[in-house]
Amino acid sequence: MEKVKTLDDLKKLKEQLKSTIELREKSNNPESHVQVKVAMATCGIASGAREIMSFFMDELRKRNIDAIVSQTGCMGYCYAEPTIELTIPGHEPVVYGNVTKAKADEIIEKHIKNGILVDGIIPVTYQNINKK
Amino acid sequence: MEEIALHILDIVQNSIVACANLISIEVEEDYANDRLIIIIVDNGKGIEKHLLDKVADPFYTKRTTRKVGLGLSLLKQSAEMAGGSFSIESEINKGTTVKAIYQHSHIDRQPLGDIPQTISILVASNPDINFTYKHKINNNSYYFDTRQIKEVLEEVPITSPEVRVFIHQMLKQNIDMLNRQFKEI
Ligand SMILES: Nc1ncnc2c1ncn2[C@@H]1O[C@H](COP(=O)(O)OP(=O)(O)OP(=O)(O)O)[C@@H](O)[C@H]1O
Ligand SMILES: [Mg+2]
Repeated sequence: MEKVKTLDDLKKLKEQLKSTIELREKSNNPESHVQVKVAMATCGIASGAREIMSFFMDELRKRNIDAIVSQTGCMGYCYAEPTIELTIPGHEPVVYGNVTKAKADEIIEKHIKNGILVDGIIPVTYQNINKK
Repeated sequence: MEEIALHILDIVQNSIVACANLISIEVEEDYANDRLIIIIVDNGKGIEKHLLDKVADPFYTKRTTRKVGLGLSLLKQSAEMAGGSFSIESEINKGTTVKAIYQHSHIDRQPLGDIPQTISILVASNPDINFTYKHKINNNSYYFDTRQIKEVLEEVPITSPEVRVFIHQMLKQNIDMLNRQFKEI
């Protein structure tokens, strides 16, 4: 049976992480990071936003991309949930709708890694992005 | 919502919007009385007395992006559908307590769902908010508190991907253990 993790194990993990964190912090202004914001209002959660958020967190880590994944309130696109807002350093934020895991994978590989826009972008025109 | 854990994630969003910095989540599985109880307590800005009766009505919301607020009314509906009840208490500038009670064995009760994922995501994406999570099955319980986690982590951020994976595993293992202990009796 798998041993249950305790705070002592967390202490060991902390020691391992300390050295890598110091390296990471040297480049630690938010503009230098890819940012993924997942809309987490009721409509988003009911449409699978939690799984999409986990997917981005897990996959960006596995693919060694230093990104900040966070949550935001309703962005006003209930008809297209789950939605995410993606910001690449030096570029305007882009909103993607109906994000599935396959779409998220495509967004990571094409847009985040190579700067190529992917289908599914919601044009932000007069829509007001209200982050409640 | 397919899982109670998704309702929890959603109700906690209300606490976050209400500027809470301490949010306590409790799941109690009381098999002796055939009840499953969910309690979410926050120290956010609270809800005015005259609005309290209305908040679980879908046509009440403070949001501006859409005319209906769904979170509380969906939770209420899900509890009532499963032979249970819903209540909300609040005090301005003190905080809010949301409670949902289900009949544990009710055929229409949603599964509890992926609690470790809900909690680990909340913790990783809200580093300035402290969370506690208590899971009780009959007389055994597990208690998780981000203040303890942060004390151990010191300068290592609680948002580190590795820490999120750790917290997820720790929660899952401990909840699984509670379930095993229950089955062994
Ligand atoms: N914990 C809380 N603290 C303060 N106010 C709250 C809290 N929970 C709910 N409210 C108030 O009750 C209203 C209704 O909440 P509910 O979750 O049902 O809908 P919503 O959050 O407005 O929209 P949705 O959940 O559909 O995204 C909120 O708009 C808010 O004004
Ligand atoms: Mg809500």
